[in-house]
Amino acid sequence: MTRSLFLRSALVLLFAAGVTSLAFGQQAVRLLNVSYDPTREFYQEVNAAFAAKWKAETGGTVTINQSHGGSGKQARSVIDGLQADVVTLALAYDIDAIHNVGNLLPKTWQSRLPGNSSPYTSTIVFVVRKGNPKGIKDWGDLVRPGIVAITPNPKTSGGARWNYLAAWAYALEQPGGTDASARAFVTKLFRNVPVLDSGARGSTTTFVQRGIGDVLIAWENEALLAMQMLGRDKLEIVVPSMSILAEPPVAVVDKVVDRRGTRKAAEAYLRFLYSDEGQHLAAKHYFRPRNEAVLAKYVHQFPKVRLVTIDTVFGGWAKAQKIHFDDGGLFDQIYQPGR
Amino acid sequence: MMTPFRRRNVLPGFLPSLGLTLVYLTLLVLIPLGALILKTTEMTWGQFWETVTTARALATYKLSLGAAFGAALTNAVFGLIVAWVLVRYSFPGKRVVDGLVDLPFAMPTAVAGIALTSIYASSGWVGQHLEPLGVKVAFTPLGILVALTFIGLPFVVRTVEPVLQDIEAELEEASASLGAGRWQTFRRVILPMILPALLTGFTLAFARAIGEYGSVVFISGNQPMRTEITTLLIMTKLEQYDYTGATAIATVMLTLSLGLLFLINLLHGWARRSAAA
Repeated sequence: MTRSLFLRSALVLLFAAGVTSLAFGQQAVRLLNVSYDPTREFYQEVNAAFAAKWKAETGGTVTINQSHGGSGKQARSVIDGLQADVVTLALAYDIDAIHNVGNLLPKTWQSRLPGNSSPYTSTIVFVVRKGNPKGIKDWGDLVRPGIVAITPNPKTSGGARWNYLAAWAYALEQPGGTDASARAFVTKLFRNVPVLDSGARGSTTTFVQRGIGDVLIAWENEALLAMQMLGRDKLEIVVPSMSILAEPPVAVVDKVVDRRGTRKAAEAYLRFLYSDEGQHLAAKHYFRPRNEAVLAKYVHQFPKVRLVTIDTVFGGWAKAQKIHFDDGGLFDQIYQPGR
Repeated sequence: MMTPFRRRNVLPGFLPSLGLTLVYLTLLVLIPLGALILKTTEMTWGQFWETVTTARALATYKLSLGAAFGAALTNAVFGLIVAWVLVRYSFPGKRVVDGLVDLPFAMPTAVAGIALTSIYASSGWVGQHLEPLGVKVAFTPLGILVALTFIGLPFVVRTVEPVLQDIEAELEEASASLGAGRWQTFRRVILPMILPALLTGFTLAFARAIGEYGSVVFISGNQPMRTEITTLLIMTKLEQYDYTGATAIATVMLTLSLGLLFLINLLHGWARRSAAA
């Protein structure tokens, strides 16, 4: 008698627990956003704004956890099993690698969202000490003997690869510029680099907090943020004569969201970046928004600089990565610390 | 009567405890180290040699081993003095000092690193006074030495203290009554007795300093060829997903450390034998 009573009450309890957990499960969603290094402050605000919007629209709660690091490094982490619902990286190649090596999203991921899946763009500028004591005006000044330049490690950081390619593109544009002269230019540049951090934020820390270096080659948004947070009295931005158009893309990681059942929230999260609110937040954090109307409002905060694209100069990311950044590629041949 | 076939141990359960020890050691030590070496064998000998003998790698070995040795030596000298003071004297605040000696054990190494960096940077409390004298501590090998000395301090103090405490006063009195001066008494009576413990403390401090990462990585500046330690080079290679390169360098460090520890063990045995003599 007591045994069957026990079994029945256990069954009822289990059923109730199941139903309540199901109910809660539908309501509380957790997402992991694996991002590149300089976007901490931006996604802090975006996540709060999106959570509020999600609650207003669906009544459920969504918590977004962040992971930050060099873009290449982050991509490899996702391939190795980090359960990212969305990836918001520095360059398309890193997300392509997540498809090619890890097969976690389809080949056509980039066409799923507008603007090549980049809700905002950015570029590369220089940060120097206040007063610009070394007189750094353009890329050519970076290779002067005695100049100490800070850039992250192209093997791990996305920003570092944009830096490298922008320098290469500059050298190609010079009179008599060929691949050989560009290689010599970039080699001289890296001779002036004493230390490579693994991500863009690490390099900013090295330059600003540790006081190492005369010039920091940085993301435009990182430079503007550093100026705002760390002191217009200590730093100055120098805009070079030309730079490269950087399109940091975003994507949903299909295998993970399908397994975790978070596709709806993840896709809404990425679409939020394209909404007016998301675009305003992007501009507020010094990213150049795709939305022309929003960009027009913030155009004064972005320096005017002539931009080239990776497709026109380098024939696309796959080619550039293979030639320059893969193991044994040009960067490995160029970077010989100590020589 | 004939001796029994199997001698009974006072403590039972020899075979099970032996078995448990072997399993434990194997799982925690042998298998990971074996996997490390196995991963390295994915490279050919030529590639291995090339990876571990680049100028950059050689600079890191010199720095890591040199700084660890220097720090352990500093700790041996000053740790002995601290242990001496703590054992032989009593003064107000002795308990506090005693507790402070254990601080480097208890502190997370990253906290230690940040604390040291902020003190010794050119805008820090100590750094701002040293800078005009031309002494730069943060972001130089000197800073690495400071960090390694800091984290190695408790090892020597804690290994020497009990031995010092056990030394009977009669020995020193006998030595004095035979006409030895204070320095002679120290050198010929006390030092041989504490030398094994001192060497043990030195070894522990050295071993910890070789592998130290958290506290050094903040204060060193991490510049290849100048202030890059081997553990950082291994981390950098891992971040670049060059697993075989990382394990290759790790294997070299492992071999070097084992060799040095073996040497120190020999020294230890010799010291103990000459103390007993």
